[in-house]
Amino acid sequence: MNASELEVAVKAALARVAPEADLDALGPEVPLRDELDLDSMDFLAFVAELHTRTGVAVPEADYGKLGTLAAAVAYLGARAR
Amino acid sequence: MAELRMPSLGADMETGTLRAWKIAPGDRVARGQVVGEVETDKGLIDLEIWDEGVVEALLVAPGTKVPVGTPIARVRSTAAAPASATQAVAPVAPAAAAPAPAVEARVAPVAPRGAPKGTPAARQLARELGVELAAVTPTGPHGAVSRADVERAAAGRAGRAPAALDSGAGPAAPPPEGAPPPAADRQAAMRRAIAAAMARSKREIPHYYLATTLDASKLLAWLGAKNADRPPAERVLPAAAMLRGVALALRAVPELNGFWIDDHAVPSRAVHLGVAISLRGGGLVAPALRDAADKDVDTLMRELKDLVARARTGGLRSSELSDPTVTVTNLGDLGVELVLGVIYPPQLALVGLGKIVERPWAEGGLLGVRSVVTVSLAADHRASDGHRGARFLAALEHELGHPEEL
Repeated sequence: MNASELEVAVKAALARVAPEADLDALGPEVPLRDELDLDSMDFLAFVAELHTRTGVAVPEADYGKLGTLAAAVAYLGARAR
Repeated sequence: MAELRMPSLGADMETGTLRAWKIAPGDRVARGQVVGEVETDKGLIDLEIWDEGVVEALLVAPGTKVPVGTPIARVRSTAAAPASATQAVAPVAPAAAAPAPAVEARVAPVAPRGAPKGTPAARQLARELGVELAAVTPTGPHGAVSRADVERAAAGRAGRAPAALDSGAGPAAPPPEGAPPPAADRQAAMRRAIAAAMARSKREIPHYYLATTLDASKLLAWLGAKNADRPPAERVLPAAAMLRGVALALRAVPELNGFWIDDHAVPSRAVHLGVAISLRGGGLVAPALRDAADKDVDTLMRELKDLVARARTGGLRSSELSDPTVTVTNLGDLGVELVLGVIYPPQLALVGLGKIVERPWAEGGLLGVRSVVTVSLAADHRASDGHRGARFLAALEHELGHPEEL
């Protein structure tokens, strides 16, 4: 998957977790947890969605590397096929 | 003969408004069938029936607001089985606890089969603006209608022709009898319900508060090892493990689990953990993880996920809303370290879970860094004393310190 496909995947995963959020207005460097009001349950659901969509099972130790849209795309870009 | 009654969905619910019937006299109904829609301060509820038979009469019209427990329909039982008969005449619980025994209800699912999909916020807005959800062009994820879609649809309609707004009433006409209240009213109603329950709690319940900070390192290490080999969808959050610990510790101190009814404590054998869940867009519900002490951590995690999802998108059952025996509130995600809670009447206690943080920790004469969490108890002093409350926190500390036994 290329970067733009990954961005689509990340946004789709976020849309599942925070259906009311306006993701078109989401900046690449905005902290996701604060901006979208994600609690730990939401974040786990987000990670599970990423797994489904990209095949990357992000280990718990790497959750911190998914802090923003740009960070998540970069992280997945290095691992998704 | 069975009576369908307005169900109680918690001590703060006094009335419910019947919004719509999905049955008519003469219809045959089956156990678990959705027969109508009820609106409460907690939102729209799909009303299920738990008696089989033929609808004999609908006793209230859509738009009617009735007190909890009011018979709203009569069903002639065809099964005539003793079990069914027993259900029909099941005693009405004391007003304070008041789950309506013969009735179970569900919060309306986001997308009933065949119906247009929409987020809960969008559905609510559509209802308020009188927009038909099916007529809205969805742009949301998975073909769902979003709030913005509804707003667009409403704006477009208003822009086209005011006459299209409705066929009958003029623009200045009051809302039709039984029309859903506007959002502000609903918010105000929910606030009033919370105000009534919390004021009653502080007026009637002599709270005492205890808190202790405990070492959660072993718990986190245990969960970390458990989760390492698992796909994300099967991972367990610390909250689920802590809920398991709370349920087990409550078994050790039953005075904290149950209800205060008619001037005495009525402990519950079952532990139904009410989990405070904040709703996206505001509001709070505390549906129950039922029989939490009998379920392992993986099961509780699965059920917790399911409960949170249904609390936010619809599908809560009345049993989940009406019979939690204790409430747990977890504000750790918001960075809160210590919760001093207000008991939800007529329950006997509220357990608070704080944020898991790293702190210097001295043990056995050695100083180290540990992940710690502050757990708290607000309990009804009429039903228990600080000594027993302390026993509960000690039991919880033991459970969380031996995660392999959870």
